[in-house]
Amino acid sequence: MNVVDIESGFQEKIDKDIRIEPRDWMPDHYRQTLIRQIGQHAHSEIVGMLPEGNWITRAPSLKRKVALLAKIQDEAGHGLYLYSAAETLGAERDQMVEELHSGKAKYSSIFNYPALTWADMGAIGWLVDGAAIQNQIPLCRCSYGPYGRAMVRICKEESFHQRQGYEIMLVLCQGTPVQKAMAQDALNRFWWPSLMMFGPPDAVSTHTEQSKRWGIKRFTNDELRQRFVDMIVPQAAHLGITIPDPDIKWNEETQHYDYGQINWDEFWQVVNGNGPCNKERMEARVNAWKEGAWVREAAMAYAEKHQHQSISKSQAV
Amino acid sequence: MKSWPLYEVFIRSKAGLHHKHAGSLHAADAQMAIENARDVYCRRNEGASIWVVLSADITASNPNESAELFDPAEDKIYRHPTFYHVPEGVKHL
Repeated sequence: MNVVDIESGFQEKIDKDIRIEPRDWMPDHYRQTLIRQIGQHAHSEIVGMLPEGNWITRAPSLKRKVALLAKIQDEAGHGLYLYSAAETLGAERDQMVEELHSGKAKYSSIFNYPALTWADMGAIGWLVDGAAIQNQIPLCRCSYGPYGRAMVRICKEESFHQRQGYEIMLVLCQGTPVQKAMAQDALNRFWWPSLMMFGPPDAVSTHTEQSKRWGIKRFTNDELRQRFVDMIVPQAAHLGITIPDPDIKWNEETQHYDYGQINWDEFWQVVNGNGPCNKERMEARVNAWKEGAWVREAAMAYAEKHQHQSISKSQAV
Repeated sequence: MKSWPLYEVFIRSKAGLHHKHAGSLHAADAQMAIENARDVYCRRNEGASIWVVLSADITASNPNESAELFDPAEDKIYRHPTFYHVPEGVKHL
């Protein structure tokens, strides 16, 4: 077979919804696109632990504390599923970590906003995880097998994240006027950054078309953003708080909610490193990696020392 | 520094079922791989038993040779019960 045949055979498989598995032939660009996307996704899970970690010791009750801990532990797990999915494509874990730390690899810009009050834990669970779920559900059917399988697991686990966030908002909204104002303030600050999580508008999105052809992406950024708005508007109404966008209104013709202009300058500023917390987030990651180096080395030295000793290990079969 | 090797993780979700591939993770040794697999893949009672094996120790078939490898089974329809004629009215066959 010549190259053209192999390449068209690949596209044929995708068009027939046959999954691509790690050792199958794939165009180099497909491989690189997936490594980039899965890597960004993994980094987002890992960096996403930081704004919430800030609130573990200050959670208002034991119930909220164990839920938050479980959510953050899930995010660590999700990062690990995704890193290993990227590794099936030939990416090296250490190199991916290095690219995150050097700023070469990106992560979701939402995590560069600060979590200032307890209500932010509610807004993050409700809006940020809500947006993430919209993005992730179609990825369960991604053409690349290991990525799709990781996403199935992640989506299953993430539904509690959004619910616990909404419940935090609900309790605040049913509380004192000050507590309700705190919930409103969190919505005000997280609304627009949440809309930006779906990425640039379709008209300027550079990767969308090819990713759709390759079955990596099933819906465009704007389609997913619209679904999110349609989902959140009634939920906010139930809470009795107001989305900070005067242009939100039901459009009878399109059967969707219209919404106002997103400030894309702000989005690009944050993506390019100038958000409120970019520096702080990377410092936390780099320090954790550096300060953990002796643990990684010690564990490896211990493993090597014991490798040649006969240790009793239970055989699988 | 040498980085921790990659292990493949297999989980038996409950007695009576096979171990099934769950994913992979890095660990310094097999014992740590099992402990990490508990935290990474069994946070919600997904496991009754865990196997780990160094990814490098797995020998896999070559997808480019799948056609030749699996071809011998393709034309042997007589291996399936539907190949055989069952007369009308005959039961339990």
